[in-house]
Amino acid sequence: MSFEEKVTWVSAVVTVLAASWYAWTVGGQLGGVPVAEIAYQRPLLVAVGAMIGLTIAGTIAMAIGTAIRAEVTGEGSVDDIDRKDERDAHIGARGDRVAFYVSSVLMVGALALAMLEWPHFWIANGIFVAFVAGGLVSSGVKLAAYRRGF
Amino acid sequence: MAKPTRVTNDIRALRFAAGEMTQAELADRVGLTRQTIIAIEQGRYSPSLEVAFRIARVFGVPLDRVFGYAEEAS
Repeated sequence: MSFEEKVTWVSAVVTVLAASWYAWTVGGQLGGVPVAEIAYQRPLLVAVGAMIGLTIAGTIAMAIGTAIRAEVTGEGSVDDIDRKDERDAHIGARGDRVAFYVSSVLMVGALALAMLEWPHFWIANGIFVAFVAGGLVSSGVKLAAYRRGF
Repeated sequence: MAKPTRVTNDIRALRFAAGEMTQAELADRVGLTRQTIIAIEQGRYSPSLEVAFRIARVFGVPLDRVFGYAEEAS
Protein backbone atom coordinates (compact mmCIF):
# COMPACT_ATOMS: atom_id res chain seq x y z
CA MET A 1 0.00 0.00 0.00
CA SER A 2 1.51 3.33 -1.05
CA PHE A 3 1.89 6.12 1.49
CA GLU A 4 -0.77 8.20 -0.26
CA GLU A 5 -3.24 5.30 -0.04
CA LYS A 6 -2.53 5.00 3.68
CA VAL A 7 -3.14 8.73 4.12
CA THR A 8 -6.45 8.33 2.27
CA TRP A 9 -7.45 5.57 4.69
CA VAL A 10 -6.54 7.79 7.65
CA SER A 11 -8.62 10.64 6.26
CA ALA A 12 -11.62 8.36 5.65
CA VAL A 13 -11.52 6.76 9.11
CA VAL A 14 -11.05 10.10 10.87
CA THR A 15 -13.93 11.66 8.92
CA VAL A 16 -16.26 8.78 9.79
CA LEU A 17 -15.28 8.88 13.47
CA ALA A 18 -15.58 12.66 13.83
CA ALA A 19 -18.86 12.86 11.91
CA SER A 20 -20.29 9.96 13.92
CA TRP A 21 -19.29 11.61 17.18
CA TYR A 22 -20.94 14.86 16.06
CA ALA A 23 -24.12 13.09 14.93
CA TRP A 24 -24.28 11.21 18.23
CA THR A 25 -23.66 14.38 20.28
CA VAL A 26 -26.00 16.75 18.45
CA GLY A 27 -28.44 14.36 16.81
CA GLY A 28 -29.42 13.01 20.22
CA GLN A 29 -30.89 16.39 21.11
CA LEU A 30 -33.19 16.48 18.09
CA GLY A 31 -36.81 15.93 19.00
CA GLY A 32 -36.29 16.71 22.67
CA VAL A 33 -35.26 20.36 22.31
CA PRO A 34 -36.30 23.04 19.78
CA VAL A 35 -33.56 23.31 17.12
CA ALA A 36 -32.98 26.95 17.99
CA GLU A 37 -31.87 25.83 21.47
CA ILE A 38 -29.53 23.04 20.38
CA ALA A 39 -25.94 23.99 21.18
CA TYR A 40 -24.41 22.61 17.99
CA GLN A 41 -21.74 25.28 17.46
CA ARG A 42 -19.02 23.95 19.75
CA PRO A 43 -19.42 20.26 18.72
CA LEU A 44 -19.39 21.32 15.06
CA LEU A 45 -16.13 23.23 15.49
CA VAL A 46 -14.65 20.37 17.51
CA ALA A 47 -15.63 17.86 14.80
CA VAL A 48 -14.13 19.95 11.98
CA GLY A 49 -11.01 20.64 14.04
CA ALA A 50 -10.68 16.95 14.89
CA MET A 51 -10.94 15.98 11.22
CA ILE A 52 -8.07 18.30 10.36
CA GLY A 53 -5.96 17.68 13.45
CA LEU A 54 -6.39 13.91 13.63
CA THR A 55 -5.69 13.51 9.91
CA ILE A 56 -2.40 15.38 10.38
CA ALA A 57 -1.59 13.40 13.54
CA GLY A 58 -2.53 10.11 11.85
CA THR A 59 -0.34 10.92 8.87
CA ILE A 60 2.62 11.70 11.13
CA ALA A 61 2.01 8.48 13.11
CA MET A 62 1.89 6.51 9.87
CA ALA A 63 5.15 8.05 8.69
CA ILE A 64 6.80 7.09 11.99
CA GLY A 65 5.30 3.59 11.79
CA THR A 66 6.56 3.18 8.22
CA ALA A 67 10.06 4.26 9.27
CA ILE A 68 10.11 1.90 12.27
CA ARG A 69 8.81 -0.99 10.17
CA ALA A 70 11.46 -0.37 7.53
CA GLU A 71 14.21 -0.34 10.16
CA VAL A 72 12.98 -3.34 12.16
CA THR A 73 11.61 -5.71 9.53
CA GLY A 74 13.29 -4.36 6.41
CA GLU A 75 9.88 -4.16 4.70
CA GLY A 76 9.47 -1.02 2.63
CA SER A 77 11.79 1.94 2.93
CA VAL A 78 12.02 5.26 4.70
CA ASP A 79 12.03 6.71 1.18
CA ASP A 80 8.41 5.51 0.81
CA ILE A 81 7.29 8.18 3.28
CA ASP A 82 5.55 10.99 1.46
CA ARG A 83 6.66 9.60 -1.90
CA LYS A 84 4.03 10.55 -4.46
CA ASP A 85 4.07 9.70 -8.14
CA GLU A 86 1.88 10.33 -11.21
CA ARG A 87 -0.54 7.52 -10.29
CA ASP A 88 -1.15 9.09 -6.89
CA ALA A 89 -1.66 12.46 -8.57
CA HIS A 90 -4.13 11.03 -11.12
CA ILE A 91 -6.08 9.16 -8.45
CA GLY A 92 -6.10 12.23 -6.19
CA ALA A 93 -7.41 14.43 -8.99
CA ARG A 94 -10.15 11.94 -9.83
CA GLY A 95 -11.29 11.70 -6.21
CA ASP A 96 -11.26 15.46 -5.72
CA ARG A 97 -13.17 16.05 -8.95
CA VAL A 98 -16.00 13.69 -8.01
CA ALA A 99 -16.06 15.09 -4.46
CA PHE A 100 -16.33 18.62 -5.87
CA TYR A 101 -19.55 17.71 -7.71
CA VAL A 102 -21.06 16.02 -4.65
CA SER A 103 -20.16 18.91 -2.34
CA SER A 104 -21.41 21.46 -4.86
CA VAL A 105 -24.84 19.84 -5.16
CA LEU A 106 -25.17 19.60 -1.39
CA MET A 107 -24.01 23.21 -0.99
CA VAL A 108 -26.81 24.29 -3.33
CA GLY A 109 -29.16 22.54 -0.90
CA ALA A 110 -27.67 24.50 2.01
CA LEU A 111 -27.98 27.69 -0.06
CA ALA A 112 -31.65 26.91 -0.64
CA LEU A 113 -32.16 26.48 3.10
CA ALA A 114 -30.60 29.90 3.68
CA MET A 115 -32.79 31.54 1.03
CA LEU A 116 -35.88 29.93 2.54
CA GLU A 117 -34.77 31.34 5.90
CA TRP A 118 -34.59 28.04 7.68
CA PRO A 119 -33.06 28.01 11.19
CA HIS A 120 -29.28 28.45 11.33
CA PHE A 121 -29.03 24.94 12.78
CA TRP A 122 -30.14 23.33 9.53
CA ILE A 123 -28.07 25.62 7.31
CA ALA A 124 -24.88 25.01 9.31
CA ASN A 125 -25.51 21.29 9.40
CA GLY A 126 -26.32 21.22 5.70
CA ILE A 127 -22.93 22.76 5.00
CA PHE A 128 -21.31 20.28 7.39
CA VAL A 129 -22.98 17.37 5.59
CA ALA A 130 -21.67 18.72 2.26
CA PHE A 131 -18.18 18.96 3.76
CA VAL A 132 -18.28 15.44 5.21
CA ALA A 133 -19.90 13.86 2.14
CA GLY A 134 -17.31 15.48 -0.12
CA GLY A 135 -14.49 14.10 2.03
CA LEU A 136 -15.94 10.61 2.16
CA VAL A 137 -16.71 10.48 -1.55
CA SER A 138 -13.20 11.69 -2.32
CA SER A 139 -11.69 8.98 -0.11
CA GLY A 140 -14.01 6.31 -1.50
CA VAL A 141 -13.23 7.12 -5.13
CA LYS A 142 -9.50 7.20 -4.42
CA LEU A 143 -9.50 3.91 -2.51
CA ALA A 144 -11.57 2.21 -5.23
CA ALA A 145 -9.08 3.44 -7.84
CA TYR A 146 -6.13 2.22 -5.78
CA ARG A 147 -7.72 -1.21 -5.31
CA ARG A 148 -9.32 -1.79 -8.73
CA GLY A 149 -7.07 0.30 -10.92
CA PHE A 150 -8.10 2.77 -13.57
CA MET B 1 -12.13 -8.58 -12.17
CA ALA B 2 -11.79 -7.00 -15.63
CA LYS B 3 -8.59 -5.06 -16.16
CA PRO B 4 -9.32 -1.37 -16.66
CA THR B 5 -6.80 -1.02 -19.48
CA ARG B 6 -5.96 -2.87 -22.71
CA VAL B 7 -2.33 -1.86 -22.39
CA THR B 8 -0.23 -4.97 -21.85
CA ASN B 9 3.38 -5.16 -20.76
CA ASP B 10 6.38 -7.44 -20.36
CA ILE B 11 7.92 -5.63 -17.43
CA ARG B 12 8.01 -8.70 -15.21
CA ALA B 13 9.91 -10.73 -17.81
CA LEU B 14 12.23 -7.83 -18.54
CA ARG B 15 13.00 -7.41 -14.85
CA PHE B 16 14.02 -11.04 -14.55
CA ALA B 17 16.08 -10.80 -17.71
CA ALA B 18 17.82 -7.77 -16.21
CA GLY B 19 19.41 -9.69 -13.37
CA GLU B 20 16.17 -10.24 -11.45
CA MET B 21 15.74 -6.55 -10.87
CA THR B 22 13.29 -5.94 -8.04
CA GLN B 23 10.14 -3.87 -8.35
CA ALA B 24 11.59 -1.50 -5.74
CA GLU B 25 14.76 -0.99 -7.79
CA LEU B 26 12.81 -0.31 -10.96
CA ALA B 27 10.56 2.07 -9.04
CA ASP B 28 13.56 4.00 -7.75
CA ARG B 29 15.13 4.22 -11.21
CA VAL B 30 12.01 5.63 -12.89
CA GLY B 31 10.85 7.73 -9.93
CA LEU B 32 7.66 5.85 -9.07
CA THR B 33 6.39 4.05 -6.00
CA ARG B 34 6.76 0.26 -5.86
CA GLN B 35 2.96 0.04 -5.71
CA THR B 36 2.68 1.82 -9.05
CA ILE B 37 5.12 -0.62 -10.65
CA ILE B 38 2.98 -3.47 -9.28
CA ALA B 39 -0.18 -1.81 -10.64
CA ILE B 40 1.42 -1.38 -14.08
CA GLU B 41 2.64 -4.99 -14.16
CA GLN B 42 -0.83 -6.24 -13.23
CA GLY B 43 -2.52 -4.05 -15.86
CA ARG B 44 -4.32 -1.94 -13.26
CA TYR B 45 -2.68 1.30 -14.35
CA SER B 46 -1.53 2.70 -17.68
CA PRO B 47 1.52 4.91 -17.15
CA SER B 48 2.00 8.21 -18.93
CA LEU B 49 3.98 8.15 -22.16
CA GLU B 50 6.90 9.80 -20.36
CA VAL B 51 7.02 7.11 -17.65
CA ALA B 52 6.65 4.41 -20.32
CA PHE B 53 9.73 5.77 -22.10
CA ARG B 54 11.64 5.92 -18.82
CA ILE B 55 10.82 2.27 -18.10
CA ALA B 56 11.90 1.22 -21.58
CA ARG B 57 15.13 3.18 -21.18
CA VAL B 58 15.95 1.36 -17.92
CA PHE B 59 15.83 -1.95 -19.80
CA GLY B 60 17.55 -0.52 -22.88
CA VAL B 61 14.79 -1.67 -25.24
CA PRO B 62 12.29 0.08 -27.55
CA LEU B 63 8.94 1.11 -26.11
CA ASP B 64 6.99 -1.55 -28.00
CA ARG B 65 9.20 -4.25 -26.48
CA VAL B 66 7.86 -3.23 -23.07
CA PHE B 67 4.26 -2.25 -23.84
CA GLY B 68 1.63 -3.54 -26.22
CA TYR B 69 -1.98 -2.77 -26.94
CA ALA B 70 -4.43 -5.66 -27.02
CA GLU B 71 -6.73 -5.97 -30.02
CA GLU B 72 -10.36 -5.11 -29.38
CA ALA B 73 -12.50 -8.25 -29.21
CA SER B 74 -14.88 -8.26 -32.16
